Amino acid sequence: MKTFSTGGVHPPENKLTANCSIQYLPLPQSVAIPVSQHIGTPANIVVNKGDSVKTGQVIAESKGFVSAFIHSSVSGKVNKIDTVIDTSGYRQTAVFIDVEGDEWVDTIDRSEEILTDIKLSSEDIIRKCLQSGIVGMGGATFPSHVKLTVPAGKKCDVLIINGVECEPYLTSDHRLMLERGEEVLIGTTILMKALNVSMALMGIENNKPDAIEHLTRLATGFKGITVYPLKVKYPQGAEKQLIKALINREVPSGRLPLDVNTVVHNVGTAFAVYEAVQKNKPLFERVVTITGKSVAKPGNYVVRTGTPVSKLIDAAGGLPEDTGKIVSGGPMMGKAITNTGVPVVKGTSGIILFPKSESERKSPEPCIRCAKCVSACALNLEPYLLMTLSEKGLFEMAGKERITDCMECGSCSYTCPAGRPLLDYIRLGKATVIKMARERVIKN
Amino acid sequence: MSNLLNVSPSPHEHGQETTRKLMTGVIIALIPAFLASVFYFGYGAIIVTATSVISCMLFEYLIQRFIFKKPVTITDGSAVVTGILLAFNLPSNIPVFIIIIGAFVSIAIAKMTFGGLGNNPFNPALVGRVFMLISFPVQMTSWPVPKGFATGYTDAITGATPLAIVKEGLKNGDTIQQLMAQVPGPAQMFLGKMGGSMGEVAAVALLIGLIYLLVKRIITWHIPVSIIGSMAIFTTILWLINPDKNADPMFHILAGGVLLGAIFMATDYVTSPMNPKTMMIYGCGIGILTVVIRVWGAYPEGVSFAILIMNAFVPLMNAFIKPKRFGEVVKNG
Amino acid sequence: MSSTIIITVVSLSLLAFMSAVILYFIAQKFKVFEDPRIDEVQAVLPAANCGGCGFAGCRNFAEALVKAENFDGLLCPVGGAVVMGQAAKLLGKEAPVIEPKVAVLICNGSPEFRPHTSKYDGVPDCRIANTLYIGETDCSYGCLGNNDCERACTFDALHMDPLTGLPVITDDKCTSCGNCVKACPRHIIELRKKARKDRKIYVACSNCDKGGPARRACKVACIACSKCVNVCEFNAITIENNLAYIDASKCTFCRKCVTECPTGSILEINFPPRKPKVEAEAENATINP
Repeated sequence: MKTFSTGGVHPPENKLTANCSIQYLPLPQSVAIPVSQHIGTPANIVVNKGDSVKTGQVIAESKGFVSAFIHSSVSGKVNKIDTVIDTSGYRQTAVFIDVEGDEWVDTIDRSEEILTDIKLSSEDIIRKCLQSGIVGMGGATFPSHVKLTVPAGKKCDVLIINGVECEPYLTSDHRLMLERGEEVLIGTTILMKALNVSMALMGIENNKPDAIEHLTRLATGFKGITVYPLKVKYPQGAEKQLIKALINREVPSGRLPLDVNTVVHNVGTAFAVYEAVQKNKPLFERVVTITGKSVAKPGNYVVRTGTPVSKLIDAAGGLPEDTGKIVSGGPMMGKAITNTGVPVVKGTSGIILFPKSESERKSPEPCIRCAKCVSACALNLEPYLLMTLSEKGLFEMAGKERITDCMECGSCSYTCPAGRPLLDYIRLGKATVIKMARERVIKN
Repeated sequence: MSNLLNVSPSPHEHGQETTRKLMTGVIIALIPAFLASVFYFGYGAIIVTATSVISCMLFEYLIQRFIFKKPVTITDGSAVVTGILLAFNLPSNIPVFIIIIGAFVSIAIAKMTFGGLGNNPFNPALVGRVFMLISFPVQMTSWPVPKGFATGYTDAITGATPLAIVKEGLKNGDTIQQLMAQVPGPAQMFLGKMGGSMGEVAAVALLIGLIYLLVKRIITWHIPVSIIGSMAIFTTILWLINPDKNADPMFHILAGGVLLGAIFMATDYVTSPMNPKTMMIYGCGIGILTVVIRVWGAYPEGVSFAILIMNAFVPLMNAFIKPKRFGEVVKNG
Repeated sequence: MSSTIIITVVSLSLLAFMSAVILYFIAQKFKVFEDPRIDEVQAVLPAANCGGCGFAGCRNFAEALVKAENFDGLLCPVGGAVVMGQAAKLLGKEAPVIEPKVAVLICNGSPEFRPHTSKYDGVPDCRIANTLYIGETDCSYGCLGNNDCERACTFDALHMDPLTGLPVITDDKCTSCGNCVKACPRHIIELRKKARKDRKIYVACSNCDKGGPARRACKVACIACSKCVNVCEFNAITIENNLAYIDASKCTFCRKCVTECPTGSILEINFPPRKPKVEAEAENATINP
């Protein structure tokens, strides 16, 4: 069975919700839809206070190439345009909408029927992705139309669909593959057509045998799609590690998967692309796992964007008494949120409630130089060194040690027996080095 | 206040490994060797080990409490490991005051002067051992003959180690074949029936410890394998060149402190290199230096010196030998 | 026996002499010329090596002073006018006019005014907290309270107050080197002109949000109501980005704005107590350190 070669850790899987089928979350009274739900320029708001909007209507337009459209996830009246603390941890501009009924835009096909025929051409598919506000659903939220646009001089010969879901706790992709397998595969075919490739590989970790079996069976009906089971190892869901595991190509440092002639998309993205292209439905809802060891009813829910996290927690049986930390995303790379009013956005793959006993960090002890961080690093960096360099402010040296290669997977901090905050400092150093490099470019 | 949510940077999950657990693992791995030494050298082994461990912990406590004035961390187990390893490097009939001096050198000079756990460039137990070897050569090299559990602490009959017999014999012009008759055979050496330091004699017990360390992933295979491998290769070459004057590789590996050094001393986290490639170089360095000291040096045994010499190179190797980064572009192609 | 000693002494002396000769010639050959004035200038500098001048240390600054045509842009903030005057005299140049400055914290968000909304459980480092999220309170502009400035201060002039969680600057010790200003990731420490008796009037808030959110996050936030602008007779106060700023060079310390401010975000420090009539109000508004 395939996996990537260097580093990696095995955090306890805790996939509590693997057998909970996807349910629809009831509509909230109001939503706050941030205009920056993606990497890149925030979208430009095109509605005003007091406007009536329908579900699926554009409320903010993409500004610049790396940006995405934002659609209303509910129907109702725009209450105000204000700021809300979102998963980024900061205040962001958001459109607040009071929900009135659930009236969808007419063009959206709401039938249950699965449409297999792809009518659109490659360019039309990419345009559709842009207009439907599709972004990477794995958590990075990189606008998909950018990834689908192969620049001149580069070519793509294989598409990789990421069904790894290597983060502990999360099961949204898993359930999606099980329950919407056919749609995911049609979505994959659409992506193949957009990229003009004839081969697609789907990598799934073998802790999801039911999904592997289900999709392998379905994939026989689709040309060019092969499902590969992968050995469980974190961070296999990282683009570069998945490429290495599946087709044994190594993306050069600082480059993109396209430099080794491949493109990686998440299964969630494939599903969203299916809905956008075949059903004309823009991206305004997604599957979110709500879980945690003391949560009464953990589950997987289809949630409209902008819904406050509190609504989701209510559906899961309320906030447990002992909650000490709420994390949006996976426990390894997700962000802790400050309160339950934070809205669900396109990149929210899960909400995890940690009990108090698991929410405190260990106090750091001296480094015993055990080299466990070095062997855990999937990129073969030396985390202990990078941390020391950035703690001491030696950013130039940290840059030479390739601190910018770090993808912040957290394996080093996870594995450190002394409980040292390796990634905290590495992240700081990485940001500083990138800033310094940018300033240098501007100066010259 | 208490119902506020915690916010911290990712990752939010942390492994179960702690410094204390790792040190406990090393201590568990040392138990077979300890039992073997009690079996061979009697209760002297218990006295020496207990003295060493207690004095190491005491010195660490006193220095942290009264000189550093920082929280005391003797419970992390690193002082215990140093104490056991120091004891394992001593003969079982050594006077108690010498052990205490050795423990002081190990903890106070080799470890605490550099800032405590994690900062010492040299293996503390080995520094203590070498200090004692140079300062008290007579007491440090009067090895009791393994007599069994009933042996008293001071009344043990002493004899030479196999390595010393060979060294002395070769100087007197004897051939290896003659000398091999005087030393225990490989099977006896494997079980530990020979003179030597308390912990180093029983190869079988040390190997059990190695398996435990590897299974528990406390250490990786790189350092022990490269030390033993490089020694085997180097001694084989010497043996093939002149079988009359050079002992066979089996003898070199089983005699003396090679296994104890390779498994427990050279793999000390703090003083060993940080990446597999460097670990191999470090291990080979130790293996070759040990043989060089044994064959051409003044001392019959060279593992301690070899490890200390290679310890000195570790910072340099860490700085200049880098692992191949993921996605590193190879320059010429 | 004695011959051994004599031979030893003679041979060692010879060796020492030869080494000395070699050393002398090598020192001559590789001599580096350095302007002697650099040493002289360095002697008058404070030798704090704080980096406040923008150079790595006092020596580098001395070199820069000696090389410079005039002292434009070169300033030792620690030594101030006295040291710059001495250096100017040594080098025969004109001493620049320097106004003494002092570091001031542009935030007054103690927990009493700015309630905590979450608990930060990471490395106590403001830079890391700042990249992570808004901070323990709802104000994304105010003090994070993780001691970066205290660590940066080399003059023991800045310490965290455990009660308010904010840094307190001792004016007498502050040399205006600017290290804390550089260390603060939220840029809420300002170097302000030093006035008589260390008097200060300034807006102790950096919140650029609109009035509503600012007030919700912190009771003593500037809500940009422009009352102070209207009351100021000297045009010293301007509002930009929903935030009032008092220009220290125009302020005459009339203290009218302090009483006018509805949130008490303007602080007056080191002033004698007001007349009984307004004393109560002044107490509300002033937090004397």
